[in-house]
Amino acid sequence: MKRSLDKGLGEVKAQLIQMAGYLEEGVKYSTLAWKNRSREMIDKVNQIEAKVNQAHMDVDAACFKLLATQQPLASDLRFLLSVVKINTDLERMADQAVNIANNTEFYLKHPPYPDLADLIKMSEIVRELVKSAIDSFINSDASLAKKVLDDDDQVDQLKDRVFKNALESIKMKTTDVEQGLNVILIARNLERIGDHATNIAEDVIFSISGKDIRHSHTRDKGGPNEK
Amino acid sequence: MSESILKVENLNAWFGPVQALKNIDLEFSPQSVTALIGPSGCGKSTFVRCLNRLHEEVPGASAQGKVILQGKNIYDVSVDPVLIRRKIGMVFQKPNPFPSLSVMENVVAGLKLAGIRRKSILMEVTERSLKQAALWDEVKDKLNQPGTSLSGGQQQRLCIARALAVEPPILLMDEPTSALDPISTAKIEELVVQLKKNITVIIVTHNMQQAARISDKTAFFLLGELVEFGQTSNVFTVPREKRTEQYITGKFG
Repeated sequence: MKRSLDKGLGEVKAQLIQMAGYLEEGVKYSTLAWKNRSREMIDKVNQIEAKVNQAHMDVDAACFKLLATQQPLASDLRFLLSVVKINTDLERMADQAVNIANNTEFYLKHPPYPDLADLIKMSEIVRELVKSAIDSFINSDASLAKKVLDDDDQVDQLKDRVFKNALESIKMKTTDVEQGLNVILIARNLERIGDHATNIAEDVIFSISGKDIRHSHTRDKGGPNEK
Repeated sequence: MSESILKVENLNAWFGPVQALKNIDLEFSPQSVTALIGPSGCGKSTFVRCLNRLHEEVPGASAQGKVILQGKNIYDVSVDPVLIRRKIGMVFQKPNPFPSLSVMENVVAGLKLAGIRRKSILMEVTERSLKQAALWDEVKDKLNQPGTSLSGGQQQRLCIARALAVEPPILLMDEPTSALDPISTAKIEELVVQLKKNITVIIVTHNMQQAARISDKTAFFLLGELVEFGQTSNVFTVPREKRTEQYITGKFG
């Protein structure tokens, strides 16, 4: 039986997928900005953030309307609650991408950092996490969501390594202090994007199974809500 | 879990040859609200009517199994169904005050049938029952007017007061708000929540939000079977059974 709620849920899902598409682009451009030393990419990140912000409000409004008019229950209710939370995570991730773009503005004023290998590796894993988190939502794939949670540890380890090496480079004067800090801030923002990806994965698992697994797996992080 | 006030064991019911309830086992905790949900014809109304032996009043209807009230099976041959109905009151879908009786006479009708005539007692019970039914303030100056002169929502609360007058430990409600407007419905719902401080309420409802709002536990019936019984907060958010999920999300029924 086709329900009127199905149409609304389908539309909300499509809106969120479109928003997630913008966000994936934003994260990609924010990475290319420092990797390729590209000001053009910085501008693209800012353009994308505007689209994400609009989508953030549109998705919230659509969810609000469905909650008020359809009063969903069980899996429908869990799905909509997850959409509301994922929506916020995507918006925050776009903010982190903008932060990276801003960090890159300063980064470009200095000579290239001597060794970007770990930061590049970290950005690749974060982008993969973001993609997997979004795919797990699109396909209601709990095992993929679980993999996102597991893989986030790699990001944390790489972040620690980037931090350590940057401090070392500053001490050894192989980079100047400001450039070392720029790299640390980029790594920190990338790590936050990874944390939001894990939030999305947790919400997907809740939507599918009703299990609230937040705070049940150990993660060392400074809080994804911090901008 | 506290000891149950009412325990149903292997209850089966029929209308002639047609089986309406199949092997129902269910326990009700004291001072709780249990909602019975399910599509039309699933057996939930038949079930509540078995709980106070009203089902057997339908020609050709029969029931088997045990309904144990405070340790005693109400289907024992020695049990008088009238006495059972005094302990397990009932409120129906449509308000049904006695048409020729005043507000007060409606409230104390059960007491009078039991032989209580003393005016002071009848007055005291009237006031107490109408207050319990959240109707006293609205009708205290109209006690001698016909019960049927009240609004629909007031008539339903009058019927609740009538049921409460004989102090039943259990109150059955069969879709008590389906004929009422949202304001009257809200009053009855608030009343149910208040009533559970003293009694056990078992309510049949088609309104899923109502069940979610007022009940502690929810039982889902389908085709005469009890499919799922659990904490209301779980049944409406993470139901165990796929059929429950499909019903409460409107995918069938």
